[in-house]
Amino acid sequence: MKRSLVPYCVTAAILVFFYLPILVLVVNSFNTSRFGGSWEGFSLVWYSRLLNHREIWHALTNSLVIAVSSSIVSVLLGTTAALALHRYATRLQKAHYMLIYTPLIMPEILMGISMLLFFIAAGMQLGLFTIFLAHVTFCISFVAMVVLGRLQDFDFSIIEAAQDLGANWWQATWKVLVPLLMPGLVAGGLLAFTLSIDDFVITFFVAGPGSTTLPIRIYSMIKHGSPPLINALSTILLAVTFAAVYISQHLLEDKT
Amino acid sequence: MNAPDFLEFKNVSRHFGSIRAVDQVSLSIRKGEFFSLLGPSGCGKTTLLRILAGFERPDTGCVILSGQDITQLPPNRRKVNTIFQSYALFPHLTVRDNIAFGLRIEKRPQREIDHEVERMLELIQMKAEAGKFPDTISGGQKQRVAIARALIKKPQVLLLDEPLAALDLKLRQRMLIELDLIHDEVGITFLYVTHDQGEAMSLSDRIAVMNSGIIEQVGTPAEIYEAPRSSFVAAFIGDTNFFEGRVAELIGNEYSRLVIDGFPDVTVFNDKQLAVNNLIYLSVRPEKFHISRERQEKSPRHNVVPGRVEEVIYQGSLTRYWVRVQEYRIAVTQQHSRFLLDEKPITWDENVWVSWHADDGFMLERYSQSDEQLVTLPE
Ligand SMILES: Nc1ncnc2c1ncn2[C@@H]1O[C@H](COP(=O)(O)OP(=O)(O)OP(=O)(O)O)[C@@H](O)[C@H]1O
Ligand SMILES: [Mg+2]
Repeated sequence: MKRSLVPYCVTAAILVFFYLPILVLVVNSFNTSRFGGSWEGFSLVWYSRLLNHREIWHALTNSLVIAVSSSIVSVLLGTTAALALHRYATRLQKAHYMLIYTPLIMPEILMGISMLLFFIAAGMQLGLFTIFLAHVTFCISFVAMVVLGRLQDFDFSIIEAAQDLGANWWQATWKVLVPLLMPGLVAGGLLAFTLSIDDFVITFFVAGPGSTTLPIRIYSMIKHGSPPLINALSTILLAVTFAAVYISQHLLEDKT
Repeated sequence: MNAPDFLEFKNVSRHFGSIRAVDQVSLSIRKGEFFSLLGPSGCGKTTLLRILAGFERPDTGCVILSGQDITQLPPNRRKVNTIFQSYALFPHLTVRDNIAFGLRIEKRPQREIDHEVERMLELIQMKAEAGKFPDTISGGQKQRVAIARALIKKPQVLLLDEPLAALDLKLRQRMLIELDLIHDEVGITFLYVTHDQGEAMSLSDRIAVMNSGIIEQVGTPAEIYEAPRSSFVAAFIGDTNFFEGRVAELIGNEYSRLVIDGFPDVTVFNDKQLAVNNLIYLSVRPEKFHISRERQEKSPRHNVVPGRVEEVIYQGSLTRYWVRVQEYRIAVTQQHSRFLLDEKPITWDENVWVSWHADDGFMLERYSQSDEQLVTLPE
């Protein structure tokens, strides 16, 4: 009996479809040619140019500052929201759940526009701070959903046991709840970080002069014609992303 | 001995919507006592325990522990500790750290903590497992760690919520003995919640029988078994037979003649001073009956009725009979005092005489509403 080749072909086609553009990009980042149409020899020239590109470093710093701060804040708020959603089942909580859930499915452009209008109405200066606020807003929802998943099989009598043994609210939270929720908090934080660092649409609306983030900088560089630099930058980002995914998966596996 | 009341519930109620989980409960528990709350599932035992631990606030009433009103205190400020039904051990801490948790919270000196933990590990005989995590020890061991973790706080009252329910029968019996030993050793007041009358009977100094939020009766195991005050208690504790009737005549101060449908006159001890024409249940435990082939001499204090054996179950040291008397199917158990093989045993389809002494029956008042509450336990 001859085995069907169809599954293999489909798999191969999907892999090609997904990864061929990325592969081309990676290869081109080492290409001496400026336009990447043909291979003109291996070089690291684009990487060294990248190192000396002040604007890119500036944008990267902005992106990192926003991603780190907004993921920390959204882990705090998102976890609080998840705890509230999980513990209290009132009718108000249904509305709360809807509010938390909506940003996950709402078109980004809508969020971007509404936040822009809000910030302007509030008379706020557009800049890093407005970007930070916008990112926290959509990250909270994702963190809350991840933590809520962890809480589903969490035995709250453990918290009561801690209180029973003399722990006040603060001690019960830090000595029992947080250590036990840690894998969920880390996963939620990583998710928030990745969402924040590559967000384009919402950031584009609420960014102001001097607050350019990496995705926006990349976009304008493509428009002004320096693709080889972008290729190098993307390759680095790709490597970092793979590393992060690999590490976080290992962390989660160890815990469970 | 009349120790002063140490722990008191005064008119405590807790309602969840229309459910009266705990309804006007008043209870006094003495120092050092092993006290059980016994009742069927959903009768409010856990809720009452949680009110004492501080996890539920009562709607009305108050809780007093050694002279202090603790009703408004948060759980961490009460000198009571709980053993949860699911054990609720901290999964991220080792056995040793679980036991040490309470003392660490108190910020006691490390040397003292080590010393106390060592003592507890000895008490529960788990020195070898001190470094293990809860996931890797057996159910009985988890149970013991939960006990040690609570006892190390030296609580004034130790609360146990069905601590043996999750264990298999063998382990349950062993832990039962261990709990008894631990209670003797530490001398702390135990408040023990269970729906298993066997556990309550064998461990307790006193028992409170609960039914749908109210306390039906408080007493020693013997009092509750021998003198149940309601049909619910009579049926819930051990097996019993109920007969419906009414009081027909008072005989002196102490006895009454009853009329029970289809029965000849029945005489019963009338400790409750029920008046003529009161509707009653007569409750007689299976082991209080005597059955024989020959009719016993009917003395004024003896009741005798004819019946027919429908079923016989031989169980070694005793035999169970089901005897048809009019519309009643009476459960009778007989201990074998004589060597059984010497006589021809009574078997099914035989006509027999069932007798019992007037002092062995109990009258319970019959109200129309308590008719529904009557619980007859299946064989
Ligand atoms: N938080 C709550 N919200 C609503 N109803 C509750 C709550 N806790 C308990 N109840 C109700 O109160 C009643 C008594 O519950 P409780 O847990 O005290 O019973 P229990 O005697 O411990 O039963 P079991 O033997 O099954 O543990 C039940 O009808 C239960 O459904
Ligand atoms: Mg319960």
